[in-house]
Amino acid sequence: MRESAAASAMTGYPAARPELVREDSSGEAITVVEKPLSPFEICYNSGWLRKATILVILAVVWELYARYLNNDLLFPTFTATISAFAQNVADGVLPARAWASIKVLLIGYSLGVLLAAVLTALAIASRIGTDFLETMTSMFNPLPAIALLPLALIWFGLGNGSLVFVLVHSVTWAIALNTHSGFCSVSKTLKMVGKNYGLGGPRFIWQILIPAAFPSILTGLKIGWAFAWRTLIAAELVFGVSSGSGGLGWFIFENKNMLDIPNVFAGLLTVILIGLVVENLIFQTVERRTIQRWGMQN
Amino acid sequence: MASEGPLLEVAGVTLQYKTPQHLITATYRVDFEVFTGDRFILLGPSGCGKSTLQKAVGGYMTPTEGQIRLKGKVVTRPGPDRMMVFQEFDQLLPWKTVRQNVVFALEASGRLTGKAADDKAMHYIEKVNLGAFADSYPHMLSGGMKQRVAIARGMAMEPDILLMDEPFAALDALTRRKMQDELLMLWEETRFTVLFVTHSIPEAIKIGNRILLLSPHPGRVKAELNSVDDPQEARLLEQRIHNMLFSDEVGETMEPVHA
Repeated sequence: MRESAAASAMTGYPAARPELVREDSSGEAITVVEKPLSPFEICYNSGWLRKATILVILAVVWELYARYLNNDLLFPTFTATISAFAQNVADGVLPARAWASIKVLLIGYSLGVLLAAVLTALAIASRIGTDFLETMTSMFNPLPAIALLPLALIWFGLGNGSLVFVLVHSVTWAIALNTHSGFCSVSKTLKMVGKNYGLGGPRFIWQILIPAAFPSILTGLKIGWAFAWRTLIAAELVFGVSSGSGGLGWFIFENKNMLDIPNVFAGLLTVILIGLVVENLIFQTVERRTIQRWGMQN
Repeated sequence: MASEGPLLEVAGVTLQYKTPQHLITATYRVDFEVFTGDRFILLGPSGCGKSTLQKAVGGYMTPTEGQIRLKGKVVTRPGPDRMMVFQEFDQLLPWKTVRQNVVFALEASGRLTGKAADDKAMHYIEKVNLGAFADSYPHMLSGGMKQRVAIARGMAMEPDILLMDEPFAALDALTRRKMQDELLMLWEETRFTVLFVTHSIPEAIKIGNRILLLSPHPGRVKAELNSVDDPQEARLLEQRIHNMLFSDEVGETMEPVHA
């Protein structure tokens, strides 16, 4: 071996070696071809279990810290928060407040989605529409919706009208921006395929562009949802009651004034829970059924 | 059929497009005629405008000079009578299964609906041997399988002419050879008309019955040749085409041959 290597180094050619042909041998005799994973690995592979573990750990840390602090006015324990939450749910206060918030939210969100759809449709249809959308988003997207609330209160009065107005503002630009950039990044080939079928106008947008840009559209819808939720709670906190009953933000504000801090935490917990439910149930289901199944996201 | 005259006439077609800096002439006064049942090849080095020419036949570009006529009618825009098969693997709609992709093409273009569309789709999916994958999404398929679906889709539409733009160029060599054989078998069965773009001389000779040679910058017709079946003659033809395409360049841009 060494001699031939030395010889090859001298001549510059690789060493001559005999050929090798293996008879077909089944792999099972030599190594594991298929083996079930251990229970731990199976558990670790399920996403909801991993997330649930994180939540449990957070709750435990919360409980321990609050007990160590021992000050219900600053930082109530997890158990105190949960019992306040349970009591408020039981006597129907929290569900009513949450529903009041969600109702306004849904109205504002749907109007925002509609407006975004119109704006992006215009943007695809013409160059001036594109310019309009780009200018509007660059002007208004960075403008916090809450900053418009004082104006809205003057225009629409103390009521749901002004809340809906700021919600529409917070939702529209994020969705329009994402949808438009999604449309722009649809592959040229797919567009040509659609044209090849003789599709044009609204059918082209609906049957080719929207599904092809769906990952971006979904991102836009998620961001819009988060913006809307934030804006709504903030608006209720700052300007309080809207048309009688008041929503979650008002619930938090009220209880802070009464120094009922466990209730404040229960209100915050409700906001978080609704966010978790919408993200993990609604948006993730949509994601799984669409872009994950289509292989647009892994 | 042939006595009816050409199916596709490309007469004196000059194609130009603009980049931000330049006006580029892709082809200059190109003439050719495709007859029903032809496997017509556009062959040439890159920059000869063969893909641009096919896009114009597809209706995605308007000639600045000359005319493209399909069955005597001037081509003005894309339409399902000229189905394209692209090189890119992303030409299938990712949100539809194999079967839905073919059915959607039939339904969107208004050719067929409902059960009839479904039957026709399955017929052609079986033809390209993908019956077992009819309900898979495109991202689960290999590159070769995706191209087969695109071919099935193109054939299911039963267009006047199938436009194939280097459909096998992005495939590995083994798959490419298999796909070429399959395409020829499909042609034996259904005798469709195809306009096929390629830059590979062997592929042109294997697939085509008539080969249009284009020279680059701008694309002009250099020759229109008949292909041959006999391997010996094919080798000679290959050499001849090679000489025609590269004769002017020997000495200036000829790249060294890799062993």
